[in-house]
Amino acid sequence: MVDAAISDVRELSTPAKRTGMRRMLQRKSSIAFLMTLPLILLIGLLVLYPAFYAVHLATLNKSMQRFVGLSNFTFLFNRETFWMVVRQSCIFALTAVIFKALIGFVVAHFVHNVPANKQRRWRGILLIPWVIPPAMSTLAWLWLFDPSYSAFNWILVHLGLSPVAWTGDAYWARFSVILINVWFGAPFFLIMYLAALKSVPDQLYEAAQIDGANWWQRIWFVTLPMMRNIIAITVLFSTIVTFANFDIVQVLTAGGPIDKTHVFATWAFRLGIQGGDIPLGASVSLFMFPILAVCAIFILRDIRRRGNEAS
Amino acid sequence: MRSAMTRRAAIKTAALATTALIAAPYIRGAHAAGKLAIGFWDHWVPGANNATKTLVEEWAAKEKVDVTIDYIPSQGMKNLITIAAESQARSGHDIFAFPSWQPHGHADNLAPVNDIMDELIKQNGAVNDTVTYLGKLGDKWLAVPATVGSQIKGPCSRIDLFKKHAGIDLQEIYPAGAAPKADSWTLDTFLKAAEACHKAGFPFGIGLGTTADSVDSAGAFFHAYGATLVDAKGNITVKTDAVRQALEFYKKLASFMPSDIPAWDDASNNKWLVSGRGAHIMNPPSAWAVAKRDAPQVAEQLWTHGFPVGPKGRFAPFLPYFWGIWSFSKNIPAAKSLLVHLSTRSAAEKMVAASGGYDLPSFASFTNFKTWAEEGPPKGTLYHYPNPHNHQVLSISAAPAPPKIAYQIYTEGLQTKMIVRYMQGEPMEKVLAWGETEVEGFMRT
Repeated sequence: MVDAAISDVRELSTPAKRTGMRRMLQRKSSIAFLMTLPLILLIGLLVLYPAFYAVHLATLNKSMQRFVGLSNFTFLFNRETFWMVVRQSCIFALTAVIFKALIGFVVAHFVHNVPANKQRRWRGILLIPWVIPPAMSTLAWLWLFDPSYSAFNWILVHLGLSPVAWTGDAYWARFSVILINVWFGAPFFLIMYLAALKSVPDQLYEAAQIDGANWWQRIWFVTLPMMRNIIAITVLFSTIVTFANFDIVQVLTAGGPIDKTHVFATWAFRLGIQGGDIPLGASVSLFMFPILAVCAIFILRDIRRRGNEAS
Repeated sequence: MRSAMTRRAAIKTAALATTALIAAPYIRGAHAAGKLAIGFWDHWVPGANNATKTLVEEWAAKEKVDVTIDYIPSQGMKNLITIAAESQARSGHDIFAFPSWQPHGHADNLAPVNDIMDELIKQNGAVNDTVTYLGKLGDKWLAVPATVGSQIKGPCSRIDLFKKHAGIDLQEIYPAGAAPKADSWTLDTFLKAAEACHKAGFPFGIGLGTTADSVDSAGAFFHAYGATLVDAKGNITVKTDAVRQALEFYKKLASFMPSDIPAWDDASNNKWLVSGRGAHIMNPPSAWAVAKRDAPQVAEQLWTHGFPVGPKGRFAPFLPYFWGIWSFSKNIPAAKSLLVHLSTRSAAEKMVAASGGYDLPSFASFTNFKTWAEEGPPKGTLYHYPNPHNHQVLSISAAPAPPKIAYQIYTEGLQTKMIVRYMQGEPMEKVLAWGETEVEGFMRT
């Protein structure tokens, strides 16, 4: 009774406010915002704060006592090793993403054509590389590529061929890190493309077949356009992740020999943590951010535009 | 009635109080005991951590200090990451085990330990120049040299293979229990031995990567030629005849070693020796200890000895660890008391014994422990490991450059990279020019 009386008094005192609040809570967008708020806070804490802190660090001098503006970046631009790392990161990321996308696309078609009752088994097997933490699986690869005791070399020697300096020669070392990245990342493309393939309506293929389209034309005019958004998103996502790769290179070659396999993350670690120059390390790790951000904006805008056209 | 104090009496009282403060052990007052958190290096030798644990617990029980110890491995550079994080956050442990270059890197955040270092040097004998170079900034002692983790990366060779293929009796040059007779053990002899063992199918295994073992070995050979990349005053000295000679020597040496040495890490040389494929590596006794466990027939043929002498002397790479106290520690007096306790002769002897002779105290009078004389097989294999007859200069790669520059040269493995470039066919002058621009980059403040 008393509670009821109090609530009545409150309602009478702030009717407009209560109604406004209720109306706001009834809005779908408000509910959505409230439900995503914990995630937004988490991202703010674990992603945005470190990102801005890294920007702050990149503007300090080596002893982190004075503001130097963009001096760290101008210093890097004059370093031969920096441009070598830029080149290598691009070679590493672009080659790996292209091969991951191609292998993922081809294998997704194979799995899609496997009878439905056996598909689950194949999906499980093919996903194994992706579910093993890359630092762990790279250790296994390290044993296979070991400078002196490589299992691959053992096979080559038994076949009468010369052993290969997998991690000792710059070109083989680059090949090795790209190979592992492709091995690890291709299943992600496979599973995304497989999902996309399953969403293409069969009627489209039937119509194309009636129109006399061959296998290649069906791929080119039906499958690829229907998968365009998924391909764009997976390529974008994978490019960002591959550019930021650390564990595979660090475990396999640690950037060697003579820096020929360093990528941004491993070189930033070498300069910042091992070399005690945290501002310079932060500058290296931030270098790709604007380039990737612009790519992301264009690709995502393109996807949204196509989405709007479709609807 | 007022009691007047003369100026002389006041000075006398102040001097006595200061002396008592420095010399007296840490005395637990009613509220002084407090807590102490320690971050020790996690020793790779099984059971070696127990020595520090027992010593700390003894001290803690006596001083009534609540102590917690974390053993942090250097694998994956976890210790370096922890140091960087604690230094940034100005929070964490009170005492931390700092690898060689770290005290200088965090000098501003370390409490000076001049008072205890002066006492320890009086008590235990002098420390070598490398310890002073790495542990002191101007007049400030940044940290106390730690027994645990400190090491000389001297040559470890196969007695049988050297005798058979190179005609060198290592036990005669470096006899157990006696001073070395190493006048004939020169860089030329070393190169001839490398060639002979290579021809016999047992090449030397000295890495040319950028990890510590490779960089340390290269540094010692550079020192033997008097080759420095930056001098003590900070002048760049890359384009000198000494550096050219060192590169020429290494190119010849590399031609007698496996072709994949640019990819070697700190485990590769150990594996090379333990597997029986190689006749020689540069390492502390860890490879011998592993061989004793896994390949006893190899271990009983291993002999740890001194470096070959070059035109400018005989240099061995010395990598000291340091125990430093963060300036943000809330219990600095207790931390200092503990470090004094850990730096006594008996404490050092226990640590050396627990590590099977691997750990190396930095004080001059601590090189004659019975562990090194008695460990085997073969008996006496570690006798010369601690440089007991002081016949080689204990040095570190990239010295005598100012430590902040030297640290960059060391971490980047600049010397080994220059060697690999030259070895793989890049012209000498181009390699030197590249090295010079790299060093210029390390000069930034």
